[in-house]
Amino acid sequence: MSASEHRLLEVLLADGDPARASGHRDPPPRMGFFTDTSVCIGCKACEVACKEWNGVPEDGLNWTGDSHDNTGGLGADTWRHVAFIEQRLPVGRHEPNFQRDGDGFRWLMASDVCKHCTHAACLDVCPTGAIFRSEFGTVVVQADVCNGCGYCIPACPYGVLDRRGTTAEAGGQDGRIFKCTLCYDRLQVGQEPACAKACPTDSIQFGVLDELRERAGHRVDQLHQTGVVEARLYGHDPGDGVGGDGAFFLLLDEPEVYGLPPDPVVTTRDLPRMWRQVALAAGGLLAIGVVSIAGAGR
Amino acid sequence: MSDAAVTRDGLAGVRPGREARIWSGPAVGPGQTSQDPRGRTETARPREAAAESYYGKPIINPPVWAEREIAGYLFTGGLAGASSILAAVADVSDRPRLARRSRLCASAAVSISFAALIKDLGRPARFINMLRVIKPTSPMSVGTWVLSAYAPLNYLASATDVAGRATGSGRTAGLGAGVLGSFVASYTGALVANTAVPAWHEGHRELPLLFASSAAAAAGGYGLIAAPRHENAPAARMAVLGAAGELAAELALERRLGPIAETLNTGVAGRRLRAARLLTLAGAASAATVARHSRFGAVLGGGALLGSSLLARLAIFAAGMQSAQDPKYTVQLQRERGH
Repeated sequence: MSASEHRLLEVLLADGDPARASGHRDPPPRMGFFTDTSVCIGCKACEVACKEWNGVPEDGLNWTGDSHDNTGGLGADTWRHVAFIEQRLPVGRHEPNFQRDGDGFRWLMASDVCKHCTHAACLDVCPTGAIFRSEFGTVVVQADVCNGCGYCIPACPYGVLDRRGTTAEAGGQDGRIFKCTLCYDRLQVGQEPACAKACPTDSIQFGVLDELRERAGHRVDQLHQTGVVEARLYGHDPGDGVGGDGAFFLLLDEPEVYGLPPDPVVTTRDLPRMWRQVALAAGGLLAIGVVSIAGAGR
Repeated sequence: MSDAAVTRDGLAGVRPGREARIWSGPAVGPGQTSQDPRGRTETARPREAAAESYYGKPIINPPVWAEREIAGYLFTGGLAGASSILAAVADVSDRPRLARRSRLCASAAVSISFAALIKDLGRPARFINMLRVIKPTSPMSVGTWVLSAYAPLNYLASATDVAGRATGSGRTAGLGAGVLGSFVASYTGALVANTAVPAWHEGHRELPLLFASSAAAAAGGYGLIAAPRHENAPAARMAVLGAAGELAAELALERRLGPIAETLNTGVAGRRLRAARLLTLAGAASAATVARHSRFGAVLGGGALLGSSLLARLAIFAAGMQSAQDPKYTVQLQRERGH
């Protein structure tokens, strides 16, 4: 087998290992986040640490009225976002976060982040190659290449990426797209990402993805045994529509309650069919052209 | 930041208060009220399956594409591509005026397209980065490369035609532009469908066909306006075929979208689509009947078809935006798929 054939085989057999599939030779193990929302206390240390380390600009000093969430959602200037959900729901014996007796009030908090998908739509559609797969299996935007075309923004099924600086508050024009890099710079020198470092309850856990998945499985079992039957993992399954997330979650309610899509699918899964339809349409158009002169009198 | 200040007379500059939004679950039945320990009363909102959201915020981040530039490009790109085809077949069938004017139309439309696409970038000066890589997984990448080959062919065909020199290579370039034009007019369907925008993605089978036939209607419409009566037969035929295809593709799209079709049938998108259909029918009727005999009828019908094509693109753009803004479309779709 020639070297190039060997290389091709290596890439083809690398399903589930995105770094290898993207052409990295002997990459380190795939790294990721496990965000256990059952122990999140909503302190937003992750949001602050992320902003400080990555130099992310202010994302608007707003009071939204949406519980304690004044950040709103992930975007160019929000790479970690803590969601606050107030519910009237009884929650078994376990008391995740804050729960009042009597009226069954509970408060869900969850720190959202880029999912670093195995099959990343943003990376697939990026026309400049600004978005790339790192050796850690993460997905990173190169700010010096991005030309702000914006294709990745609606391609992402989770609403992670956005364009920076079209508003005056954001410091004028920037025009490029930004998102979580899973602290690529810190990973390269053996440091954990800033948000995980700052999280005081270990709600955000950073590590080798396989180990995190195992740990998350134990945590769900533990919660189920203590009566929190609604605990479930989200984004952990390599068989889901995005091939599993590099950053996955333990949730206490349906994903959409947290603003997460219940069953995301990478849009490029359907792209082969789209190209076939384009070919059909283009052929049809040429046929219309031919028919429009065939036998047409003067 | 809040402008409120604590003064000797109490708080000043406080914003008008409003109810904090509290999500209420099935612990309290729909329409019932509950007393909390502090004596406030809250009315529970019904918990509807598949209609939950995080404070009504969109799940996906809606496109940042400007309507004028990008919906405009969907139209001008289509007009250019199909006009190149019309020009090529007019040239082959010896209709020089229709050929020349369609070529000029295609050249103008592709120039406007490039300008719009570059203007819509967050960093227009970095447009050239589009040509760093070729990615078949990105319709925008493939489209940019094809447009970059298509536009010069058009310019060459137009320039040689107008100058009356090197017409042989110009005609060959025109044929090439016609072939590439079929892709230019169709790939935009995949461009918008290859996103998580529900109304676009779910229509990924129909959108390339819809855009291509709408492009044929527009190019035929332009040909009816531009060409003299004795040369406009191919334009009329292309217009009728395109209009028929467009109407059929729209119906197929509506059926495919199911509940998401309401983004296409209501509001701004709905008004645009209804107007587009009326104009399509009127334009096609004119092209099929009076356009061959009456210059006035041809111009009127051609104008209707151009307008209908533009309005159809604007309608589909608006429907996509609406389906991205409201989280219920994303959630419903994925919930139904799961069950």
